[in-house]
Amino acid sequence: MNGVRNASLRVLLLIASLAVWEGAVRALRVPAFILPPPSQVGAALYRGSVSGIYLQHLWITLAETLLGFLLGSVVAFVVGTAIAASPRTEYFLYPYIVMFQSMPKVALAPLVVVWFGLGLTSKVVSAALISFFPLLVNTIAGLRSADEDRVDLMRSLAASELQIFRMLRLPSALPFIMAGLEVAMVFSLVGAIVAEFVGAEAGLGMLIQSRNFSMDVAGEFAILFILAVLGLLLNAALVSVRRRVLFWDPSQKAALNSASLRGGP
Amino acid sequence: MARSADVIHVKGLRKEYGTARGTVLALDGIDFTVGEGEFVAIVGPSGCGKSTLLKILAGLLPATRGEVNLRSVPITGPRRDIGVVFQSPVLFPWRTVLDNVLLPVDVQRLGREDNRSRALGLLALVGLSGFEHRYPWELSGGMQQRVAITRGLIHNPAMLLMDEPFGALDAMTRESLNLELQRIWLECRETVVFITHSIAEAVFLADRVLIMTPRPGQIVEEVAVAIPRPRSLDLLAAPEFGGIVRRIRAHFSSKGIEA
Ligand SMILES: Nc1ncnc2c1ncn2[C@@H]1O[C@H](COP(=O)(O)OP(=O)(O)OP(=O)(O)O)[C@@H](O)[C@H]1O
Ligand SMILES: [Mg+2]
Repeated sequence: MNGVRNASLRVLLLIASLAVWEGAVRALRVPAFILPPPSQVGAALYRGSVSGIYLQHLWITLAETLLGFLLGSVVAFVVGTAIAASPRTEYFLYPYIVMFQSMPKVALAPLVVVWFGLGLTSKVVSAALISFFPLLVNTIAGLRSADEDRVDLMRSLAASELQIFRMLRLPSALPFIMAGLEVAMVFSLVGAIVAEFVGAEAGLGMLIQSRNFSMDVAGEFAILFILAVLGLLLNAALVSVRRRVLFWDPSQKAALNSASLRGGP
Repeated sequence: MARSADVIHVKGLRKEYGTARGTVLALDGIDFTVGEGEFVAIVGPSGCGKSTLLKILAGLLPATRGEVNLRSVPITGPRRDIGVVFQSPVLFPWRTVLDNVLLPVDVQRLGREDNRSRALGLLALVGLSGFEHRYPWELSGGMQQRVAITRGLIHNPAMLLMDEPFGALDAMTRESLNLELQRIWLECRETVVFITHSIAEAVFLADRVLIMTPRPGQIVEEVAVAIPRPRSLDLLAAPEFGGIVRRIRAHFSSKGIEA
């Protein structure tokens, strides 16, 4: 079978690149504080996992990310709906949104930490700020994407604006909203980590920095690996929700690709 | 002469569209009536204002001038007792066939439970038994349009408006749906306004054909089709049918319009 062959090729390639990495670092005597060999990264990962230190910080970063995601998404959805529903709201909010959108939101992290302290709150706010835009933009675009003929059909039935929103505009917006949520989740993790870099008492981002100060680069790699897995799992969770919610949507991929174009962190 | 049996009464209807480059006169001096249970077809070339007229009848567009009455009441906005079928099926892909048919029931809060069996009955009438729980994208274009017709009928409207409902379908599907529509109509005797640019389709289906010419859209003649129903596809080759078709076509060819 072709699939089986490809899968084993993939594993083989992974093993080969790890072996090249290991061999090159040893042969060239690269110091471990510049680039540790994969065996040392594996050992660091094992030690930290057994001692429970990664898990302890992982929970904190996960909580920050999810709460920030929730906060940012709810606000983005509400503001996006208000903007899509009324040109007046758009008129008054638009200048701020354009200004805010073109600003690199990570640059706000130091300010957020000053305002909200070293604890959980500042990380949640930072995550929310960064994850806000992808969903805002997609909510507006999505709610405006309802097919004109379908709107005419609803109108011809004497449907109220609220009914048109609930029965037509919202479902039509779901592909956009789901794509926005996926981007927002990744951004939220970025926001939490950046705020942890700036100042935190706990979390994987804080742990990366403390490993960096003590020149434990293998430990840093181990945490980066954990963060990558975390990002993958969060995304996979949303993808499975999307598959269930958007079973009817033929163009999921197209919506997903156009979603990540705007509102970077 | 608004007879009380008239469902639709249009008099002196004029419609202008305001655009960036001035106003476009889409319809002018439109007069006609549609009787209770009558099947009226409006035939005309592309761009003559057929859809505009239908949208005004559906209350989706305001008229610039003139009277449009439904059972002696002016149409000023969307009404609950009108069913509309558009050129494309306009189904909601997140709803099953049955839920699509029940959309007017949901919007107008007519009671799902009360109308469920009616919906199933209508779906059986259009030959879609067994497809209730499928989704629109699992159906062919012809089947989707039959769902749209069922949805147009579910809330028992005073009038069914159809805007080139079979225009996007291939010729064979179209013929079979014409037969199907005739069968449905013989069953329920709705008042129908059917818009098309196919003369043969208009003559095959209608009691009366209104002929529209463009710029501005006007109704230049009404032709009664006194051919008894049920009409079969063999009729398309019959001399009486050809006579009526030729008479209608003369209006367009004399103006150099292909219809
Ligand atoms: N929203 C609008 N704004 C300006 N002009 C319009 C608008 N809608 C339609 N028109 C114009 O009005 C005229 C009639 O359009 P309409 O869509 O009613 O024609 P139609 O007979 O339905 O054509 P078709 O057979 O192609 O569907 C056309 O000249 C069109 O350009
Ligand atoms: Mg049209």
